[in-house]
Amino acid sequence: MTETVRSTVIVFGVLISLLTVSAGLIWLERRLLAVWQDRYGPNRVGPFGLLQVLADMIKIFFKEDWIPPFADKAVFVIAPAVIMVTALLSFAVVPFAPDISVVDLDVGVLFVLGLSSMGVYSVVLAGWASNNKYSLLGALRAAAQMLSYEVYMGLSLMGVVLLAGSFNLATIVEQQRGLWFVVPQFVGFIVFTIAGIAETRRLPFDLPEAENELNAGFHSEYSGMKFGMFFVGEYIGITLVSALIATLFFGGWLGPVLPPIVWFILKTFVFLCFFILLRAALPRPRFDQLMAYGWKMMLPLALLNLVVTGGLVLALE
Amino acid sequence: MISVLRTLWLVFLHMFRKRETIQYPDEKLVLPPRYRGRIILSRDPDGEERCVACYLCAIACPVDCIALQATGDEHGRRYPDFFRINFSRCIFCGFCEEACPTYAIQLTPSLEMSEYKRQNMVYEKEDLLISGTGKYPGYNFYRVAGLQIKGKSKGEAEREEPPVDVRSLLP
Repeated sequence: MTETVRSTVIVFGVLISLLTVSAGLIWLERRLLAVWQDRYGPNRVGPFGLLQVLADMIKIFFKEDWIPPFADKAVFVIAPAVIMVTALLSFAVVPFAPDISVVDLDVGVLFVLGLSSMGVYSVVLAGWASNNKYSLLGALRAAAQMLSYEVYMGLSLMGVVLLAGSFNLATIVEQQRGLWFVVPQFVGFIVFTIAGIAETRRLPFDLPEAENELNAGFHSEYSGMKFGMFFVGEYIGITLVSALIATLFFGGWLGPVLPPIVWFILKTFVFLCFFILLRAALPRPRFDQLMAYGWKMMLPLALLNLVVTGGLVLALE
Repeated sequence: MISVLRTLWLVFLHMFRKRETIQYPDEKLVLPPRYRGRIILSRDPDGEERCVACYLCAIACPVDCIALQATGDEHGRRYPDFFRINFSRCIFCGFCEEACPTYAIQLTPSLEMSEYKRQNMVYEKEDLLISGTGKYPGYNFYRVAGLQIKGKSKGEAEREEPPVDVRSLLP
């Protein structure tokens, strides 16, 4: 009985805190972008402008939720839900602290990778259902980008899996007690971070929604809370990638003095800020540059990293 | 790759720079004295109205937001009977100030003049007149002009010579 209550509390705690965090990220992103552009950002509503999130939420809920008559209605409605569901589901396996995770899955890494591949359906379906050439172009780009970056996102993690000897995220964290995996797996970390940015379609890899050429890409036709769900899905995606980087390469909850959950949140937060810094600093590459970068540089790097790690692990056994 | 990292670092350093934003309602703006804001009518150093109701400002105004009616007293001084500026039309171009021969109409660095009622945007002469001389202290049109008014006959203005007696042969 207490076990059931406990897991229910964890499930809803994770769900609610994630939705709050992803909404709060809107504020954080605007504030940080402003800070890096010598501005203040939203600081009027509530203390430090924190209630801006609430105001934005109220506003977006009251917006007209318009489905264009030429759209494929069923798919159009499902698409934003898919991104929310996949992003939230991935968090099921993330270990927040030694005993705090929704499920302790032995194939945690594979589960996350699988769900992030599912996430691309959201974008592709949204672009397809919008029945609009720009949306479709955005969706095409998203599909190509996701497929190519998916490949080495998985490959870059295999080094970590080799070292830890497990796909279980909690075990991977436990294995980092001596040394964080960022040191032996530095190349893997770099590749995974870049793939993670591409995976969440964040700047500088936000070509699917490049507003200067595709006016908003796959979500051009979306409005109201459906657009909001794409937005929140994107933020949950960044949170997920940050949490994964913290878990896989920076020892997750491990750390002195402070309680484990605080360490986890701190590490995740640092990477969240890094993602926003990337947006503040870097311009968007051309699409062929993006693909060339993926296939000609990241993939060989990831493969090389895997081979070297595998060889070393074998030799040291 | 190095350039990307350098960019990231330089952008990060902006965190510690001074903010460019002026948080307007809390921090007041510092506007230059020649800023073209609210229009006023100034007075000369003696405290009389400078405006001589010549209509030049009303003619110069590209949006026709100035309305006035000239009148005069028995001593030859001209002044506007009413002087009305509709600020909901005014574009603050400053042509009225340029046109004014007596420095009466002036634009000031004041811009907080929002109103809830449109009619309140129409300023009458008593709203426009200020007690001082504005941007041109010490200037008094009637003291430098050759016009004859009470207390100052022909040739008594500053930098003015007495009128030449055209009927006299003497220099």
